[in-house]
Amino acid sequence: MHTLEFTLLVGMGSLLAGFLGSLTGLGGGVVIVPMLTLLFHVDIRYAIGAALVSVIATSSGAAAAYVKEGYSNVRVGMFLEIATTAGALVGAAVALHLHVSVIAIIFGLALIYSAYSSLPEKSEQTTDVAPDRIATWLRMDSSYPTDKGMARYHVRGVLLGFGLMFGAGVLSGLLGIGSGAVKVLAMDRAMKLPFKVSTTTSNFMIGVTAAASAGIYLSRGYIDPGIAMPVMLGVLGGSLVGARVLAGAKVRSLRLVFAVVIGFLAVEMIYNGFAGKM
Amino acid sequence: MTATNLRQDQRMDQIMAVLLRSGVLLAASLVFIGGVVYISRHDSPAIDYRVFQGEPEELRTVGGILREAAKFHGRGLIQLGLLVLIATPVARVLFSVFAFLYERDWTYVAITMIVLALLCYSLFGGGGL
Repeated sequence: MHTLEFTLLVGMGSLLAGFLGSLTGLGGGVVIVPMLTLLFHVDIRYAIGAALVSVIATSSGAAAAYVKEGYSNVRVGMFLEIATTAGALVGAAVALHLHVSVIAIIFGLALIYSAYSSLPEKSEQTTDVAPDRIATWLRMDSSYPTDKGMARYHVRGVLLGFGLMFGAGVLSGLLGIGSGAVKVLAMDRAMKLPFKVSTTTSNFMIGVTAAASAGIYLSRGYIDPGIAMPVMLGVLGGSLVGARVLAGAKVRSLRLVFAVVIGFLAVEMIYNGFAGKM
Repeated sequence: MTATNLRQDQRMDQIMAVLLRSGVLLAASLVFIGGVVYISRHDSPAIDYRVFQGEPEELRTVGGILREAAKFHGRGLIQLGLLVLIATPVARVLFSVFAFLYERDWTYVAITMIVLALLCYSLFGGGGL
């Protein structure tokens, strides 16, 4: 395969991954690693490096739109970033010492969880919870725009959320993914943030988390320009198109198909890990 | 939170959005230009990525990448674009430090500084982990 051919094929695959990832809300990074390793037989370390870079690109691009609309909670995001960046440093350091087969198996399990968590339709929670002492001290309570104007909300479970976020950071540094699913779990369930606030704040944090591990991957020589170039441009382009289409699209069935595809990729990654084929 | 504080937060969000968007745009342009240079000069079979070799020294340190990019090498330019991309969220955090300083919100100045320190450690000292 020639360089041009390889670049175009990886670029087109990444474009599709970014498009589907943004439509379904799962993010493009999650399918980049299986695509590169299973389809193009790229070493998983290069694949993770390229995926991390694409995660930063899409997250920063999307976050720009969300912060402007006033959905994301900058204080909650900044406080939890201590946990995610510290976790990302630990994850990236651990990844350097793990066998590639082990990484492939953990990756497969994380994929299954992402696919599973994307399935149920989440309803907008409007339960008004009581204020929390730590959240009040950290001035996290805020408001967000709804159909009926600005709605105020209280933040809870700061410590549990912080702990879950550390785990999300470790996974992100270990596997080169955004760990958006775990982040939303922490903010949605543990901290009781409104769904729209937790998804956008999570998106806002993913870039910072990925940057923490990308620094380590870069200085370790895991980020190859020949692979990262088509992946970054492809995923970014695809996610921008996806965000435009999103407004009028029926994503329910598409999300189901994407989840099945991810589940299938996960099984293959786990199988390859056990068979020592990575 | 008072009304002025809320307005201040919103203005901070607006600047942040512009910052993020310009960073991504600059990074994507550098990667694209580097990609064109790289492909036009590599009319050879693609590198076998099945075997992990790791990048050479000049493509994994900030100084090395800057030197390679200055020579207008394709791979160096792509790497510089990726460096700009990684720096974008870092710049956002740095901006937040000043924004919270301006608001005299000392708790969040401290929180943001911790995040910034972790990020700098990863970029400049993480290779030794």
